[in-house]
Amino acid sequence: MLEIRNLHVQIEDKKILDGLTLTVNDGEVAAIMGPNGSGKSTLSYVIAGKPDYEVLDGEILLDGENILEMEADARAAAGVFLAFQYPLEIPGVATMTFLKAAMNAQRKARGEDELATADFMKRVRAGAEKLGIPQDMLKRGLNVGFSGGEKKRMEILQMALLEPRFCILDETDSGLDIDALKIVSEGVNALKSPDRAFLVITHYQRLLNYIVPDTVHVMAHGKIVKTGGKELALELEANGYADYKTLAA
Amino acid sequence: MTDVTPIRTAAESAILSRFPEAKASLPGTPAVATLREQAFGRFVETGLPHRRVEKWKYTDLRSIMREAAPLAGAPSAADLAAAKVLLAALPDFGAANVTVVNGRFAPSLSDLGALPAGVTASDLGEALGSGHKLVVERLGRAASADDSALALNAAFMAGGAIVAVAAGVAVDRPIALRFVSVGTAAATYPRALIEIGTGASVTLIETHVSADGIAHQANGVVEIFAGDETKVEHVRINAHGDATVDVSSLGVVLGGKAELNSFNFVTNPAAARHQVFFRFAGEHSTGNVSGASLLKGKRHADTTLFVDHAVENCASRETFAHVLDDQATGVFQGMILVRDVAQKTDGKMMSRAVLLSDDATMNNKPELEIYADDVACGHGATVGALDEDLLFYLRARGLPKAEAEALMLAAFVGEALESIANETVRETLEGLVEAWLKAR
Repeated sequence: MLEIRNLHVQIEDKKILDGLTLTVNDGEVAAIMGPNGSGKSTLSYVIAGKPDYEVLDGEILLDGENILEMEADARAAAGVFLAFQYPLEIPGVATMTFLKAAMNAQRKARGEDELATADFMKRVRAGAEKLGIPQDMLKRGLNVGFSGGEKKRMEILQMALLEPRFCILDETDSGLDIDALKIVSEGVNALKSPDRAFLVITHYQRLLNYIVPDTVHVMAHGKIVKTGGKELALELEANGYADYKTLAA
Repeated sequence: MTDVTPIRTAAESAILSRFPEAKASLPGTPAVATLREQAFGRFVETGLPHRRVEKWKYTDLRSIMREAAPLAGAPSAADLAAAKVLLAALPDFGAANVTVVNGRFAPSLSDLGALPAGVTASDLGEALGSGHKLVVERLGRAASADDSALALNAAFMAGGAIVAVAAGVAVDRPIALRFVSVGTAAATYPRALIEIGTGASVTLIETHVSADGIAHQANGVVEIFAGDETKVEHVRINAHGDATVDVSSLGVVLGGKAELNSFNFVTNPAAARHQVFFRFAGEHSTGNVSGASLLKGKRHADTTLFVDHAVENCASRETFAHVLDDQATGVFQGMILVRDVAQKTDGKMMSRAVLLSDDATMNNKPELEIYADDVACGHGATVGALDEDLLFYLRARGLPKAEAEALMLAAFVGEALESIANETVRETLEGLVEAWLKAR
């Protein structure tokens, strides 16, 4: 599904990713854990196509195709989805309007017909209900005045509606209480499928109790320094990141 | 005091030499003729406004009007036919139309027989000559500032329209005042006098239209006298052609317990200056003055406000949005004057601009002048680019750059459009915004 080869990235002359290599297979849930400043969020932005970053070397292949030359919207249409750590507020753009614009833009880019309004409404209502998102929230400006938990649920709703192939969850657990964490995790788990993969970026093991990973990668100093199964997360929780900080240095 | 002979530009010289002959054929009673002479006298003193005149600092008419276009004559049958074509392209508001072509009342393009009950419309040119009561009592009373654009209109006005709404009438259909410039490039000085009787409510749509590529020079004045307990929605759409220079003045005198919204929308003329003189004459009234300018190419649009809180207990809101692309220039000058008697005034003014290009320019000058001590007034102005992080968020959801920008810009302009209470009118303007964004 996704293959990252020897990725070197800098921003404003500061090297953030330093030869990162990572493979995520179809149907796989891969977790990336690591200390603050190890480059986890940068990795998610670079995969999604944020323009601020300078890629010095390496490749990101989605189903064998290098996506580094593609704009963010083309990557989205190709199936990349980033659930933001801090979803942005867009005053004046009603959530419904935004959802419809996004879904139709992706369909158009893939050469598909636009959704009929009735079909669109049906999908949104069903998705929102599953995530406990009240209808009146959908009429408000996107994320405007939403709580932290509401914003994260809105991210998962977008993910469900856009049906991406490769989903990145960037610190989705941050700012969530246990109830919200459960709702969000159930939303993610419901989307698991053999032809969809997840990259779950988190600082803590807690989220991985709910979204159980197939593989766990430890990131430090801009590269993957250790890979294991889900038990690796528990080990990190017990011992902390101290060993890895020195290991990569 | 001035014994220095001012240096005249070619345009000023042409305007000056034109008046003696023109005044002989312009309509008006002796009193109107005196008013013309006085106004012309002011123009002789000041000439065209230029950048050293503070209120015209950012819109230098001397350099914008290199030449003075000849005075437009009365419209011919061909002119009226051309006007009809231009008018057909305007958005349909389902309104009753009152039309002025080349500064003259055009009954054949007006719905005089189908005006809503309680509404009358008539020829201002005729009224100037007949000593009409409204002319005697009202002309020049709402737009009374010492301003050379106003003076030029008063000197050269050939006619226009009078619209009166009877007291107590809730007019159920919008009234569209349509000003058209047709034919070869010409100077027009249209004028309108609008009186809204006590307790009446009405939606007025003022449109200005001319063809692309013709360098018309329009200088129009609209005066609105809205009595006590009136409710007025006034939306002005500047649909002039891309070579037209349009200077417009709106004078408003608002009575007590009344509400008046005035919105100005401009996208196309080469240069536009819209000045609003808004006077609160009765207590417990609300005035909203707002607008949106969406400009590309080398277009220039200036909005200059003078809001006069002359009585107690009134509220004013001014909300302006400017979207500037290419080498376009936006200007906002807003002055709120709160006189010493105007206690409990509530005034808020905001002008926001988005620059879509490194070469676009915005000049923001909000001002408050407060002489009362118990007021709540504020103003703000912002200029910036579209937020890159928001753009990325939208693009990461699959929206192409142009579409993401259009969505953000529509929301940005939408904030100013919100002040328009009439839903049909607001939606029509949203459509015009969308069309402009699509054509970017």
